[in-house]
Amino acid sequence: MQFGLTETQQLTKNSAREFFSAEYPMAEVRRIMETPNAHDPALWRKTAAQGWCGMTIPEAYGGMGSGLVEIAAAMEEAGRALVPGPLLAHLTATAAIAHCASEETKAGILPALATGEKIATFADATKLFVMDAAVADYVVAGPLLVDDFTARHMPAIDLTRRLYAIDYTTGEPLENNLDHAWAIGTTLLCAELTGGMQRVLDLTVAYVKTRKQFGNPVGAFQLVQAMCADMLVATESARSATYFAAYALQENLPEAMSAVSVAKSYIGDAARQTGNNAIQCHGGMGFTWENDIHLYYRRAKAGETAFGDAAYHREQIARLVL
Amino acid sequence: MDLTLSPAELAFRDGLRAWLADNMSPNWRAEYAAIHGKAGQFEYLRAWQRKVYDGGWAGIAWPQEFGGRGATVIEQVIFTEEMARAGAPNLPGVLGLQLVGPTTITHGTTGQKQRFLRNILSGEEIWCQGFSEPNAGSDLAALRTDAKRDGDHFIVNGQKVWTSYGWAADWCELVVRSDAGVPKHKGLTVLLVDMKSPGVEVRPLRQMTGETEFNELFFTDVKVPVENVLGKVNDGWNVAIGTLMHERATLGAGIQIVIRRSLERIVELAKSLNKINDPLIRQKLGQCYAEIEIMRLNQMRAYSKMANGGTPGPEGSIQKIFWSELNQRFQQVAQEVLGPYGQLTKGSEYAIDEGAWSYSYLRARGNTIEAGTSEIQRLILGHYVLGLPKSY
Repeated sequence: MQFGLTETQQLTKNSAREFFSAEYPMAEVRRIMETPNAHDPALWRKTAAQGWCGMTIPEAYGGMGSGLVEIAAAMEEAGRALVPGPLLAHLTATAAIAHCASEETKAGILPALATGEKIATFADATKLFVMDAAVADYVVAGPLLVDDFTARHMPAIDLTRRLYAIDYTTGEPLENNLDHAWAIGTTLLCAELTGGMQRVLDLTVAYVKTRKQFGNPVGAFQLVQAMCADMLVATESARSATYFAAYALQENLPEAMSAVSVAKSYIGDAARQTGNNAIQCHGGMGFTWENDIHLYYRRAKAGETAFGDAAYHREQIARLVL
Repeated sequence: MDLTLSPAELAFRDGLRAWLADNMSPNWRAEYAAIHGKAGQFEYLRAWQRKVYDGGWAGIAWPQEFGGRGATVIEQVIFTEEMARAGAPNLPGVLGLQLVGPTTITHGTTGQKQRFLRNILSGEEIWCQGFSEPNAGSDLAALRTDAKRDGDHFIVNGQKVWTSYGWAADWCELVVRSDAGVPKHKGLTVLLVDMKSPGVEVRPLRQMTGETEFNELFFTDVKVPVENVLGKVNDGWNVAIGTLMHERATLGAGIQIVIRRSLERIVELAKSLNKINDPLIRQKLGQCYAEIEIMRLNQMRAYSKMANGGTPGPEGSIQKIFWSELNQRFQQVAQEVLGPYGQLTKGSEYAIDEGAWSYSYLRARGNTIEAGTSEIQRLILGHYVLGLPKSY
């Protein structure tokens, strides 16, 4: 028994850390979030060239066919860097196409999705709150695969990932149930939020070590230390829950669906609370536009309701295991 | 990542399950409850430990040369979980097995190892720990129980408090101040004290639950031979802290199973009380399930790290904070499920589970205090894990 990354999984995580922090420094994230779709096509192509956009697509269709634990490890790093744009939506939608579309459709569209030449996103029956739809070529919309749709911007709290109201008339019916693919998307969102929590904790610890009041670093005060300790407990717990959900899905364990709901119900609350503590520990600086914490805080707030909020997932747990 | 048990781990687990099926009385709770008096009940548990010892399952983590099995960290976790899952009786020599024994193996002389270790395993001799004092709780290094060298003895005077198993113990791992003229951490020594020595007095300490799980110990001119120093004179802080790290690292594995079983029971009760369809109760039970699961996963990650060569370190405070605060939240949810029945105690014909829930509700308040308060655990994380300035 070994609950930790294998050497290969760790290597993937390390190269994701290296790539995302080099290509998506905060100045770049802030520049991209000011563009109309919070998307930089050139940087997307560079990201796709490294294989990051094809992780959930099998090798037979030109993707990486990575295991879900490995993908979660990479997405933790993408979340840490606050990578803007359609990566999460694309990985979720391509997982859905790979699991649920006909053989012909898969052979037809997955190769271009794997290279990042085309972009996919996903929607539920409301056709609202669809991530990155303006830059997408395909939408997995409930039981349909749609390639002809309109998208209207829904200005919202997360500036690094745009939401849209979409409309369409027809699409190609998908063959299989989407539950498994949504569980993958939920888990990858959890991984992204975990990476964000780690970054917010690191920024806060660095700040309270240097910011002085009454002649002492504020990190010497016990109330501040207790807030940081709570952020650490929450971040480590989020990581444990995320990697178990990824492993359970990857290995098709009977408890996979409840493991995903355990992770999402916990992390929805924990990411917000960690952000609350981070802003408080930064004092006035934490309330400024210039400080990066609020960008993560906004992402965490949007993440709370995406793929079902904590209350929804607690009810799922009650149905599955009580 | 691989959460399946290896063939060796599976064989270990199945061997233990088979042994438990053959050796543990399925009616042990009734047998135990029928015994009149604390001393008789203690002897029942001691006989159980003897059986565990004869079966080769006592002190499995200890090296083989000292009577253990040299079990891996994962095997230790399997052992703790299986014993909890089977609902096996407690081992009354737990402090010797988990704390005093391992510390003696690390710091003891050959003579001490020969004298003490076998009897710790078999339960023939029961150990307690004399650590906390009325004025030295979180600030353990401020303890004042005094030991003065007098020829080939130390003369000990002072008071200890919150001593588990004090009334039953044959021996005590006692931390004393051997040098008052040096900084507080540098003047401590660990003594192995025979509880039958003249001048040792044990008094019951009644806690808020009404039980007397703990004792106070009083030492008046107690003579302890110098060969009973564990480790070096004035090096007691290192010896004692090693013990505490073991305590924090291993406490959680069984607790996870115990809280999980309690949740299963409260779900049954919620069904029979027609509360299982109440959306608010479902939310709270769902949250308890999630948190118990996360506690298990955090532990698995920590144990995997230890299995890869790490030692129990300050990260253990994460587990301590998590399980103790979770249990308090869970006990409150249990009370909400039970409504007014939750308050009933043993003796009421209306009490559910013989009043166990009112007891466990009160007992949980001790969880965030014993083995290091939640406040101290957070400061340990702040300083030793996050690298913030020491604040105390």
